[in-house]
Amino acid sequence: MRFATLAQLSAQCREGAKTIGRYMIEEQVRESDKSEQEVFGQMADYYQVMKEAVRRGTTEDTKSRSGLTGGDAKRVMQYRADGAPSLGGEASAALAYALAVSEVNASMGRIIATPTAGSCGIIPGVFVSAQERFGWSDERMVEGLFAAGAIGYVIANQSFISGAEGGCQAEVGSAVGMAAGALTELRGGTPEQAVHAVGLALKNSLGLICDPVGGLVEIPCIVRNGFGAVTALAAADMALAGVRSVIPSDEVIGVMKDIGAAMPEAHRETAKGGLAQTPTGKAILSDLRKKGGRS
Amino acid sequence: MRFKDVFSIMGPSMIGPSSSHTAGAARLGLAARQTLGGQPDEADVIFSGSFAETYLGHGTDLAVTAGLLGCAPDDERIRDAIALAEASGMQLRFGTELRPGGHPNTVRFQLRRQDREASLIGCSIGGGNVEIVGIDGFDVRFGADCPTLLIDHRDMAGTVAAMSVIVGRAGLNIRAMEVDRQSRSGRALTVMEMDQAVPPEVRRELEALQQVDRIRLVDLNGEERV
Repeated sequence: MRFATLAQLSAQCREGAKTIGRYMIEEQVRESDKSEQEVFGQMADYYQVMKEAVRRGTTEDTKSRSGLTGGDAKRVMQYRADGAPSLGGEASAALAYALAVSEVNASMGRIIATPTAGSCGIIPGVFVSAQERFGWSDERMVEGLFAAGAIGYVIANQSFISGAEGGCQAEVGSAVGMAAGALTELRGGTPEQAVHAVGLALKNSLGLICDPVGGLVEIPCIVRNGFGAVTALAAADMALAGVRSVIPSDEVIGVMKDIGAAMPEAHRETAKGGLAQTPTGKAILSDLRKKGGRS
Repeated sequence: MRFKDVFSIMGPSMIGPSSSHTAGAARLGLAARQTLGGQPDEADVIFSGSFAETYLGHGTDLAVTAGLLGCAPDDERIRDAIALAEASGMQLRFGTELRPGGHPNTVRFQLRRQDREASLIGCSIGGGNVEIVGIDGFDVRFGADCPTLLIDHRDMAGTVAAMSVIVGRAGLNIRAMEVDRQSRSGRALTVMEMDQAVPPEVRRELEALQQVDRIRLVDLNGEERV
């Protein structure tokens, strides 16, 4: 790849008069020595998996293997159908779809790790709800996934994308930044605006610890995916309105790395701190141990 | 760069709930199956570190079993893998052990099939990626994400040169290579990571070398899927 920072990415796009998504497709073709058709086709397959996960999570039983979670996406769908969600119809769809995919993941269904399984709901939540609302083609969504991938590529290499290394900010935070930047571009924003959306979004999750109850990708991971999708919409709206990230987005990524490196091990996916060590968190863990981890 | 391309960020396609505890675990099971050269009749699967703590909740036991059955990380059969394995006659035993200083997500396989045995120690290093660190008592380090030849041979002068000549003549490029031996002039294992698929005639030619005992192929991105 011929970029390492978001500033370089946006400069390259401006120079070539290309969207981030289009530029990333070309970079991937160059890097992998595969045809554009093949590269695009793999991402297109991934998008179908995401859509299917949204469908399953909003319509089928998603009880997890531990029995701790499942069915929240359906609850939100029902609530949307019954009344007037405070988020409004569109943002509450993003919320429900993100929960749905995350619940499919927890119940051992098929998902795409974006960038990880723990944060797999955010991008599908944002993308599938936006596609329904704006009537975009699948091809356009797939190009948007390449834009999300370009942003994630910078974050992953300059900082981290796993909770074990950098806490939840690295997983859910990264996914929100990727979704926010990609949505900004899908809605007609410039690469500069997309990059501002990434910085705006990431600033909101700095310091978020990874504290899964029982060590499982369920509590609080699933609801954080729901919140993450809604936050991505807000960041994209701000960027499209002209709000700028005063601290440049690359510097925000840098500080995410510093914060993650300073984070105690107890708050990096070990279940030895945070919500996992609350009285209820501990009770759930001891109960899981007794049952052998299964419901 | 730790992450090389767009698909190291977007993807893999996988069965949940964890890219390291489920998808990576399935790939380790598949690598162990390939190391044995087929489906085991008996498998001891021993988890350590975070794997030992959380394998039941994450379905790590189901995932490694699915790998032993030849399933990819996005195969829906992962959920039923233990039942499927038992129905096919595979004897499975799960356990845990301490591995001080080891990677937090490590699993050790001890596999048997007819008169063959194989052991593999592997780690799930994140995002579904794996690292194999032990084969049949030899220390190794490879990702199994490209065609990888495991060559059992005797420790003898000129062996590495002879093997390199065969693959070089076939136009194959060695991406990385390592040799470990049990003792001087004793048993040795060479791991050759290749840029290209290895045609059967090249395998046969390597196997025909007098000091070579057998050749195994491990490739988690390759064809062997059930």
